[in-house]
Amino acid sequence: MPVTITIPAPLRQFAGGQSQIVVEAKTAGEALDLLTSTHSALRRHLFNDQNALRNFVNVYLNDEDIRHASGPDTPVKDGDTIMIVPSIAGGAVVESEVGESLPELSHEEILRYSRHLIMPEVGMQGQRKLKAASVLMIGTGGLGAPVGMYLAAAGVGRIGIVDFDVVEESNLQRQIIHGTKDLGRRKIESARDRLRDINPHIEIETHESRLTSHNAMQLFRNYDIIVDGTDNFPTRYLVNDACVLSGKPNVYGSIFRFEGQASVFWAEKGACYRCLYPEPPPPGLVPSCAEGGVLGVLPGIVGAIQANETIKIILGAEDLLINRLLLFDAWPMKFREFKLRKDPKCPVCGENATITKLIDYEEFCGVAPHQLPPSDSKLEEITASDLNQRRVRGDKIQIIDVREPHEFEIARMPGTKLIPLGQVVTRMNEIDPEVDTIVHCKGGVRSAKAIEALKRAGFSGRLINLKGGITAWSEDVDPSVAKY
Amino acid sequence: MITIAEQQLSEIREHGIRDYPYECCGLLLGHFEPESKVVTETLPISNAREESAKRNRFLITPEELMKGERYARQHNLEIVGFYHSHPDSPAVPSQYDLEHAWPTYSYIIVSTSADRANDLFSWEQEPDRSRFNQEEIQCQ
Repeated sequence: MPVTITIPAPLRQFAGGQSQIVVEAKTAGEALDLLTSTHSALRRHLFNDQNALRNFVNVYLNDEDIRHASGPDTPVKDGDTIMIVPSIAGGAVVESEVGESLPELSHEEILRYSRHLIMPEVGMQGQRKLKAASVLMIGTGGLGAPVGMYLAAAGVGRIGIVDFDVVEESNLQRQIIHGTKDLGRRKIESARDRLRDINPHIEIETHESRLTSHNAMQLFRNYDIIVDGTDNFPTRYLVNDACVLSGKPNVYGSIFRFEGQASVFWAEKGACYRCLYPEPPPPGLVPSCAEGGVLGVLPGIVGAIQANETIKIILGAEDLLINRLLLFDAWPMKFREFKLRKDPKCPVCGENATITKLIDYEEFCGVAPHQLPPSDSKLEEITASDLNQRRVRGDKIQIIDVREPHEFEIARMPGTKLIPLGQVVTRMNEIDPEVDTIVHCKGGVRSAKAIEALKRAGFSGRLINLKGGITAWSEDVDPSVAKY
Repeated sequence: MITIAEQQLSEIREHGIRDYPYECCGLLLGHFEPESKVVTETLPISNAREESAKRNRFLITPEELMKGERYARQHNLEIVGFYHSHPDSPAVPSQYDLEHAWPTYSYIIVSTSADRANDLFSWEQEPDRSRFNQEEIQCQ
C-alpha cells in the first residue's frame, strides 16, 4: 500500500531535503524501516541502539498514536499518512552526567572493582557512574541488609540509610547486616559500621528517623534512587507517592513467609505501586512478618534482586523490572512474572492525578498509630501483671490463645486453650460465656481481632484482651516463657 | 545561530521564574533561514499544565506540539526550537536532554532560581547525536 510519511522540518536534511516521502508498506513499522533503509542517516534520530523507537519519538498513523494501536505492527491502508512527532523532554536531573565529568577512580578502587571493570557492560565508565550515584535505602532490616551490603560492595558512591529501630535478637535470623555484638545498638549505627567495613571508599549517610510525609520529600531530594525495604503498607504507599512526586525510581521488594515480590516502580517509564495496588488491603488482612513469619534467606534473595536492579538503573541498563512484577516462592523454588501496565487513571501518576502532595498514610491504610482496633469497639484490656494477680487470687477466668499451633510449640502460658485466630468463630462454642475470657496472642494485635470477630459473631460473654500478648507476659511476669 | 529579540528572551526568563521550582517550557516559532533560525514569537506551554504533568519529564506532549504546529501554520511560522528551564541547575543540557533531542532545532535553556533567571544559553545537537554545541544567540 502506498503511504505518505511526513518528515518533520529538522530531519529533512537527513531525507534529501524532502518533506514527504511515499513508501509501499503493510504496517507502520515496515514503512519506517523502508524509510530509514533508503535514508539511513534518519535512523539514529528515530531509533535507539536497540532498534526500538526512541521514547520521545511518536508515530501517528493519520491521527492515532501507533502505541495506542498495535505499535509497529499497526496495519496501514492505501492513502494513509504517517507523521513523526517528537515529544519534548527536559531534564535537569542528571546534570552530573554532562555538566561535570564523572569522578575518577583511585588505584585502590580500580583493584577493588576489577571484576566489574573487565566487563564491557560496566567498565570504567560504569564504575564511575556507580561512584557518582546516590541511593537511599528505607529500612535496614531483612531487605535493607543485602541491598546495603551489595551496593556498598559494588561501589555506589553515596548510600543513605533511614531507620529508627534498635537491633533485637529476633532480627538476626535474617538481617545479616547486623551481628550479635550489635544487640541493643541503633540499627543505623550498626549498619553504617558494617557498610564502612565492606567498603571504606564510599560515603554513608545515616538518617535516624521514621520516614514520614513531612520528611520524605526533603530526604528523597538528595538521592538518585530509592530502595524500599519497608515492611508495612503506610510506608510503602508513602515511598511510592514521594518517588512519583519527586520523579525518582522506586526499587521495590516485599517478603512474607516463603514468598517475595520485586519490581521497579518508575512513573515516568511505567507503572507505579498504586497502578498495581490502588488501595491498601483492609488493615489486619495481610499479616506482617512478625505475625506470619518469614524464611530468613528469603529477604536475602529478594534484596539481592533489588540491589541488582538498582545497579542496572545506575549503569543505564535495559530490561529493568519496569512494568514487570517478579514473584518468587522459596518453598517450591519458583519464579513467576506478571506484566504490569501503567494505569491512566492512577491517582498519583495518571493523567489527571488527584494526589499532588503527600497525605496521611496511616489514615489512608486504615491503621491507627499503634494498630489498635477502632476506638468505637471499646476493647477491654488487661496488663500481664494484672492478669497474673487475678490468677493468683484464684479468679474464675479462661485464657484463649489465638496463635498458631507452631507458635504454641515455641512458648505458651500455663492453663490456656489454643484456638487459632482463623477458627475462633467456628469454635466459639468451646468458649464459656459465663466466665471472663482473656484472649492473647504474641503481641496483642491478633487477639484484638479475635475479640472483634467474636463480638460480631454474637458471643455474649465478657472478652478481655491481654495487652502486649505473651511477649508482655514473658517480660513482666514469667521470664522463663521464651520470647520469639 | 539563532536570532531572537530581547523581548522574547525576557518572556522566556519571566516564564522560568514564574514556574520555579518547576521546569517551564515552550516553543520557539519563526523561520529557518540558510545560516540562522529567526525567532519571532514564543509559545509558552508548561504554565497551562496540570500539577501532575510538571513532574513528568516530558514537558511537551506530541498533541501539544501538533497544536503548536497548527498555530504556527496559521500564522505562517514554523517551529524552530524549544526552550525550557533548569531550576537551580546550570543552563547546560543533560544527558537526558541529549537523548531526547533532534538536530537543527534550537534548544534554549535558562537556569532559574526562586527570584531570578541566571544564565541563558542556546544549544544545537550535533547531527550524529553525540553532543550539544552551544549556539550563538544574536539578539535583535
